[in-house]
Amino acid sequence: MTMNATLFGQAIWFAIFVWFCWKFVWPPIITALEERKQKIAEGLSSADRAERDLELAQEKASKNLREAKEKAAEIIEQAKKRSDAIVEEARDKARTEGDRLVARAHDEIEQEMNRAREELRQEVSKLALKGASMVLEREVDEKAHEQMLKQLATEL
Amino acid sequence: MSEKIEPTYYIQHHLQNLTWGQVPAGTERCDGQVLESSQWILAACSQELEAMGFWSFHVDSLLWAGLLGGVFILVFWLMARKAHSGTPSGMLNFVETLVEFVDTQVKDTFHGRSSLVAPLALTIFVWVFLMNLVKLIPVDFVPYVVMETTPLEYFKIVPTVDANITLSMSFSVLALMIAFTIKAKGVGGFISELTLQPFSADNIFFKIILIPVNLVLELAAMLAKPVSLGLRLFGNMFAGEFVFILAAALLVGWQAVVSVPWAIFHILVISLQAFIFMMLTVVYLSLATEEH
Repeated sequence: MTMNATLFGQAIWFAIFVWFCWKFVWPPIITALEERKQKIAEGLSSADRAERDLELAQEKASKNLREAKEKAAEIIEQAKKRSDAIVEEARDKARTEGDRLVARAHDEIEQEMNRAREELRQEVSKLALKGASMVLEREVDEKAHEQMLKQLATEL
Repeated sequence: MSEKIEPTYYIQHHLQNLTWGQVPAGTERCDGQVLESSQWILAACSQELEAMGFWSFHVDSLLWAGLLGGVFILVFWLMARKAHSGTPSGMLNFVETLVEFVDTQVKDTFHGRSSLVAPLALTIFVWVFLMNLVKLIPVDFVPYVVMETTPLEYFKIVPTVDANITLSMSFSVLALMIAFTIKAKGVGGFISELTLQPFSADNIFFKIILIPVNLVLELAAMLAKPVSLGLRLFGNMFAGEFVFILAAALLVGWQAVVSVPWAIFHILVISLQAFIFMMLTVVYLSLATEEH
């Protein structure tokens, strides 16, 4: 082991390499590493934010859905009520209309019956009159007995 | 390489770096020729090595250190140019993992605001790791190829087995420690840290008396840090290399029995030593900036 001027030679190498590494090698690499670190941190935080946003959106969506369901139920309820009312109303109307028709039919029947009865009575009175005249031949005075015949007809 | 080689010579040969240095006039070269004037030569034998003084260079260590550092810088620089904040893939992923690992370690240990510490730690970690890693190439492989194809006599490829390399790095760290201290606490703070602690007194007279004591202690502590830092790495790598060389020199025909388990075990040592060097550097720089 002999010490000699190799010491200075190596010191020069050392200075050159350290200086070069200091100026040209280290800064770009460490900058890239820092940038990447920052990018990763940003990515992570934005992922967190997205997750939070997603949660919020899901919450909102489920809230909207619930509201919509409630509203739909309400509308259906109303519609049901409405339809019930309409049906009820229609039923009432039909009933009164029916009643009215029945009543009119009754009236008509009554009238018809009365008329028929009247006709029948007149027919009977004519027949009775004809019979009586046939029985009495000419002796029966139409004028004299009309009052009596009319009364007879009413009683029939 | 076909003639029988003495183990001692083989070991010494493998522990010798390829050295380029100045030899003075009058040196006898390996072929017996005596130089008339001083010259810069690549040493080819021990007598030439001995003639060289301090101003000589381990060419192989520096070459491989530069090569491996260059590989580190090139790969990381290419990846840094491609870096983006999207999904990384392949090599970029690997580089980012390393950068993030180092960044975490530095943030845990160093609480100052310097932008230099983290890239410094990354450079040290990867570079030292790569310099250690070439040790897993079988000890004879590269020297054999080099010596067969070139006239070079010596060639060592593991830079961290050279104490010059590790101590050079640790003393560079010491220089940074001093710079960090001065930047954080000023020149006055630096001097008072060296002279007014660990022993202090309320009396101004005793304070002055204690200055030399403190100075000696603090200087020793200050120097102990880079020395231990550099020698720890060197010692671990040298010991590991030595086992490989011994296995290659003494267990002819049985090298693999020792070398392979040792190499597998060394994967751990290699990464651990690189990590320790990096962490201690960060800790020392952190101590330099913090009040204590």
